[in-house]
Amino acid sequence: MKSLGNIRRSFAPWADPAAKPFITFRNVTKKFGDFTAVDNLTLDIYHREFFALLGASGCGKSTLLRMLAGFERPTSGEIILDGQDIASIPPYKRPVNMMFQSYALFPHMTVESNIGFGLRQDGMPKNEIAERVAQMLKLVKLEQFAKRKPHQLSGGQRQRVALARSLAKRPKVLLLDEPLGALDKKLREETQFELMDLQQDLGLTFVVVTHDQEEAMTMADRIAVMSHGKVIQVATPAEIYEAPNSRFVADFIGDVNILDGKVSASGNGKIELVTNDGFTVRTASAGAPASGSAAGFAIRPEKLKVSRNAPTDATVNAAEGEVWDIGYLGDMTVFYVKLGSGKVVKASMLNAQREVENPIAYDEKVWVSFGETAGVVLKD
Amino acid sequence: MSKLGSAIFSRLVIIIPYAWLLFFFLVPFLIVFRISLSTTAIAQPPYEPVFALADGLSGIWAKIGEFSFDNFVWLTEDALYLNAYLSSVWIAGVSTLATLLIGYPIAYGMAQAPRSLRPTLLMLVILPFWTSFLIRVYAWIAILKPEGLLNQFLIGTGIIDSPLIILGTNWAIYIGIVYSYLPFMVLPLYSALEKMDNTLIEAAQDLGCPQITAFWKITFPLSLPGVVAGCMLVFIPAVGEFVIPDLLGGSQTLMIGKTLWNEFNANRDWPVSAAVATILLLILVVPIVFFQNAQAKAEEQGR
Amino acid sequence: MNTWSRFNIVSVVLGFAFLYLPIVLLVVFSFNESKLVTVWAGFSTKWYVSLFNNRGLMDAAWVTIRVALLSATIATVLGTMAALALTRYTRFRGRLLFSGMVYAPLVMPEVITGLSLLLLFVAIGLDRGFVTVTLAHITFSMCFVTVVVQSRLLSFDRSIEEAAMDLGATPVRTFLEVTLPVIAPAVLSGWMLALTLSLDDLVIASFTSGPGATTLPMKIYSQVRLGVTPEINAACTILIGLVAIGVIIASIMTKRREVQRQRDEQAAIAGR
Repeated sequence: MKSLGNIRRSFAPWADPAAKPFITFRNVTKKFGDFTAVDNLTLDIYHREFFALLGASGCGKSTLLRMLAGFERPTSGEIILDGQDIASIPPYKRPVNMMFQSYALFPHMTVESNIGFGLRQDGMPKNEIAERVAQMLKLVKLEQFAKRKPHQLSGGQRQRVALARSLAKRPKVLLLDEPLGALDKKLREETQFELMDLQQDLGLTFVVVTHDQEEAMTMADRIAVMSHGKVIQVATPAEIYEAPNSRFVADFIGDVNILDGKVSASGNGKIELVTNDGFTVRTASAGAPASGSAAGFAIRPEKLKVSRNAPTDATVNAAEGEVWDIGYLGDMTVFYVKLGSGKVVKASMLNAQREVENPIAYDEKVWVSFGETAGVVLKD
Repeated sequence: MSKLGSAIFSRLVIIIPYAWLLFFFLVPFLIVFRISLSTTAIAQPPYEPVFALADGLSGIWAKIGEFSFDNFVWLTEDALYLNAYLSSVWIAGVSTLATLLIGYPIAYGMAQAPRSLRPTLLMLVILPFWTSFLIRVYAWIAILKPEGLLNQFLIGTGIIDSPLIILGTNWAIYIGIVYSYLPFMVLPLYSALEKMDNTLIEAAQDLGCPQITAFWKITFPLSLPGVVAGCMLVFIPAVGEFVIPDLLGGSQTLMIGKTLWNEFNANRDWPVSAAVATILLLILVVPIVFFQNAQAKAEEQGR
Repeated sequence: MNTWSRFNIVSVVLGFAFLYLPIVLLVVFSFNESKLVTVWAGFSTKWYVSLFNNRGLMDAAWVTIRVALLSATIATVLGTMAALALTRYTRFRGRLLFSGMVYAPLVMPEVITGLSLLLLFVAIGLDRGFVTVTLAHITFSMCFVTVVVQSRLLSFDRSIEEAAMDLGATPVRTFLEVTLPVIAPAVLSGWMLALTLSLDDLVIASFTSGPGATTLPMKIYSQVRLGVTPEINAACTILIGLVAIGVIIASIMTKRREVQRQRDEQAAIAGR
C-alpha cells in the first residue's frame, strides 16, 4: 500500500515519553446495575493513531466506545479528549463521530441527505454542504448513488455511506463499531485497506471496535486486548502476537501451543523450564522468573519445525514424537504431533515447493524442534 | 393426486371467503345504491319500484325507467344534510387530531418503556377495548352531566363556581370520540415506534442533533405510517359515528350517522337514508383507499 | 441503554388514568345505595339483585351470548381462510377487490354496514332475527380475524411447510398438522376479538335484528336513553368483570407457557 509501510514504521508516539496522548481514559468504570462492563480502566490513545479494541463479545469494548461517543456516562473516572474532560458533554456536542455497526442510515433520507445530516445540524451554508457532500461521495466512490435511498444499496455501499456520513463533519476522532462485520470476506479484506488509506490521508484518529483479530492485526497501529472490562495488553500487532503478556492474550490471538511447567534454572536472560510432560525447554526470557516457580511456555505452530532427523544444533530445543494428524491447507500443512508424553502439539509448515518427494506421512516418527527465541514464557 | 388436492384446497380457501364477502359486503352496497334511486312508498318494503320475476323482462325495464336521482337532489336542497355532512367531517377531524396529540406521547412513552414492561402496557391499552363500547360511552354520561362527577370535583376543589355544561355539546362528543378511539390510535403508533432502531437516534445525536431535534428529524418521520394508520382508524368510523353523538351530544348536534339512523328508524324513509349512506360512502372513499394503500404497503414490507 | 424519562412515564400514567378512570367510576357507582349514579350514598348490592330479576336484560344477554359464540366461530373459519388466501396466493384474479373487501369493513361506519345488510336481508326476503344478526356479525368480524391471522402468517417460516410436504404430507394435512398448530394462538385471539366485537355491537345489531332477537347492547341502549341507572352500572360491571377474568386467565396461561418454555430451553442448553 503506497509508502504506508514507511510511515507506519516511524509512527510510534506511545514509545515517546514526551508525546501527549490525544484521548485518555483514567480509572474509568462503568456499571449497569450489578454488572461491571468496564472495570477501572486506564488507557491512552495518540493523535493520528489507528487504535483497535479487541475482545470477545461482552468484554466491555463497545461500552468503552459508547462512552467516548457520549451514549454512556462513566460511573466513575474521567475521559479526556484533546485536553478536555468530555464526561459531561452530550453526544451531539462532541467532536467525535461514530460509524455504527448496523450503519444506522436514516431510511427516509437519500444517500446525499444522510451524508449532509451532521453538517445541517451545524447550520453550515447550503452551498458548502453540497460541496462537502460531493467531496465525501467522491471519497467513498459513490457519486452516482447520491439520490438513492439506503434500501436501494448493497451492503458494501451502505457501509461506505455510513463511513462518509461519519467523516463529513471532519471529527477529531472517528469511532468505528465493528465496521466490517456485516460484509462478506472478500469485501472485508478490500475495505480494510481502504480504511487504512483513508485514515492515513485524512490524518485522523480512528478507534475501532472489533472481535475479529485478523481485522485488528491488519489495520491497527496498536491493539488493546480486552476481557471482562479490563485491558489485558496494549501493544502493536506484532508485539501482541509475538510477545503476549499473558496466557489469555496468547490464547486469544492466533493459534498457540502452551506447555505448562516449572522453571528449573534462570539467569543471563535465559531460563530452563521443565514442562509437566518432562520435556526441557531452554529459552530466552525478558523477565527472569525465579527458579522453581510455575510458568507456561507458549509457542506458535509456525515456529515449530517438523523433521525426520534430530536437529544437530545444540542451542535448539527438540523432542521426538509421532505424527497424529495432518491437515493440508494448500499454502501450508498442519501437523499434529504426539510427543512421547502424550501431549499433542500443533506445527504448521509452509509448502514452499509445489511438489515434495516423499512427504511426511501419518504415524511417522518425527522430531519437533524450535530455537531459543521462538517462544515466550508466561508467568502466572 | 397431491397436485389436484392442492389445487382444490387453494381454490376453496380463496373462493369461500371471497363469495361470502361478495354476497354480504359488496352486493348490499349495490342494493343500497339501487334503493337510493327509488321513491318512498307506504308498502312493505317501503319503496318503489320493487322488482318481481312476474314482471318479465319488459316489465323490469319499464321499472328501471322509474329510477331517479331525486333523493340526491333532495339532499343537496335541504341544508340539514349538507350541514350534517360538514359537521360530521369537522367533528371527526378535530377528534382525530386530538386523539393523535394525546395518543402520540402515550405510544412514545410505551415504546421507550423497559422491554419487560412493554407487553403489560400493551395489554393495558387493549384491555378497555374488550369492554363494551357502549359501556365506555355510557360511563362518560355520569362524569359529564351538569351535576356529574367532573363538575362535583371542579366545584369541590374551588376551580369553578358554576357547573360546566359539557354534556349535550360538541365538547362531550370530542371527549367521547377521543376516549373510545384512543386505543386505535395508540396501537399503530406504538408498533411503528417500537420497531424503531434506537441506533438511528444515537446516530443523529452523534452527528450533532439534540434529543428534541432528533425526534422531529428521525423518529417522527419514520413513525408517519403509524400516524396515517391511526388517524384513518379514528377518522373514518368517527365520521359515521352514531352512539357517541346520540348519547353524549345534544339535540342540536348534527352528525350524519345520527341523521341516517333517524331517517331510517323514525321517518322510515328508506330511499333517502340509502342516498345518505351512498353520499357518506363517497365522502369516505378517499380516506378508505388511502388506508388500504397503507395497509397493502405494510403487508408488502412484512413479506 | 435507553432510560425511561420522566416525561415518558408521566404521559403513559396520565394516558392510562384517562383510559381507566371512567371505567373505575362506573364500577364504583354500581355499588351505590342511591338511585343517582353521581352521588355516593353508601354501599349496596341491591342493583345486582334487581338486575338478575330483570327478565328482559337476562333474555337479551342469552341471545347476545349465542349470537357471539356462533358468529365468532364461523367468522374465525372464514377469516383464517381469507388470511391464507391473501398471504399465500399473491396472484389470483380479483385479488385487489378481495383485499379491498377485507380491509374496508375495518373502518366502515357501522351505520352503513348495518343499513346495507338490512336492505340485503329485505331484498332476499329473509326475516330479521337471530339468523340475520349472526350473519351480519360474521361478515364484519371475519375481517378483523383476517388481519390478526394474516400478521402471524406473514412472519411464518414457510420452510416448515415445505419440509412437511417434502416428507409426503398433502397440502391439507400440512395445513392441519403443521400450519394450523403454529398459527393457533393468532387464530384463537382472532376468535376472541370476533367474540368481543359481536358482544359489543349495537348499531349493526339494531339494523339487522328483529323481534325476539334483542341483544344486550340494544337493551342497555334503550334503557340508557331513558336515563342512567345503577342497574345498568351493575350490568356493565358484570360484563367488565367477565372480560377481566378472561383476560387474566389468558395472560396467566401465556405466562406459564412462556416460563415452562424458558425452563425447557435452559434445561436443553444445560444438556439434560
